[in-house]
Amino acid sequence: MPVPILKQGSVLIASIQTALTDTDVLRLQNKLIEQVGRYRSRGIVVDVAAIDVMDSFVARSLRAIAQMTRLRGAEMVLVGIQPEVAFAMVQLGTSLEDVHTALDLEEGLALLESLGGEAGRHGGPGS
Amino acid sequence: MAAPAAEVRVEIASDDDVVAARQAGRRLAEQLGLALTDLTLIATAISEVARNITAYAGCGEIVVRQIEQRGRSGVEVVARDEGPGIEDIERALQDGYTTGGGLGIGLPGARRLMDDFAISSHVGRGTTITMTKWAPA
Repeated sequence: MPVPILKQGSVLIASIQTALTDTDVLRLQNKLIEQVGRYRSRGIVVDVAAIDVMDSFVARSLRAIAQMTRLRGAEMVLVGIQPEVAFAMVQLGTSLEDVHTALDLEEGLALLESLGGEAGRHGGPGS
Repeated sequence: MAAPAAEVRVEIASDDDVVAARQAGRRLAEQLGLALTDLTLIATAISEVARNITAYAGCGEIVVRQIEQRGRSGVEVVARDEGPGIEDIERALQDGYTTGGGLGIGLPGARRLMDDFAISSHVGRGTTITMTKWAPA
């Protein structure tokens, strides 16, 4: 099932609602990378609060999204990892050290704001 | 639970089946009263071994069942395929080793997620992985 992507100001929000197949994950990856350019977004929030399994494929794909987003001049924040999912990820060995994370959507948006400010990429005051 | 041992069998041929298998396994483990953390560990381990089936063998099956041993109950997952087999099992269980372009953490990761883990594999004939998560006594 495709993941809905909302555009909120300069941020894209991908809120994963159901279990994703590998095909869904790759589709999400392509869509986000394309939309970052189309909407000149400064950031992406990927909300995985509804996800009950974060296996190595999903973790690898999320890391790839984060890296591609950065190459496109924006930042990705992963939010909503559930406690038991975090536990399983550490056991599995997919700690995603190089990916920004935040507790929830609100914290994620705040983190993006601060990342944008530090990089100073956008000149004037933030939106 | 007095009912006979529960068992679910999921054919694995596509990435939809990977999701179906881990959801079926999770439901069964939930019925057996395992804790949320254990359900997540089991579902994640099933996802890894099921993906190995689609990635390396093309198709196979996952069987999840309740087992009883020495007064303990647990969830046993058997992942079976008739694919190319694993040439070097010891290396396949090392982190970072892959012949399929992945991260190389699927098998060693699944082993860490579960309590018991065994692989039997014959080159050219297929692979069977049997792994168990025990319910807390």
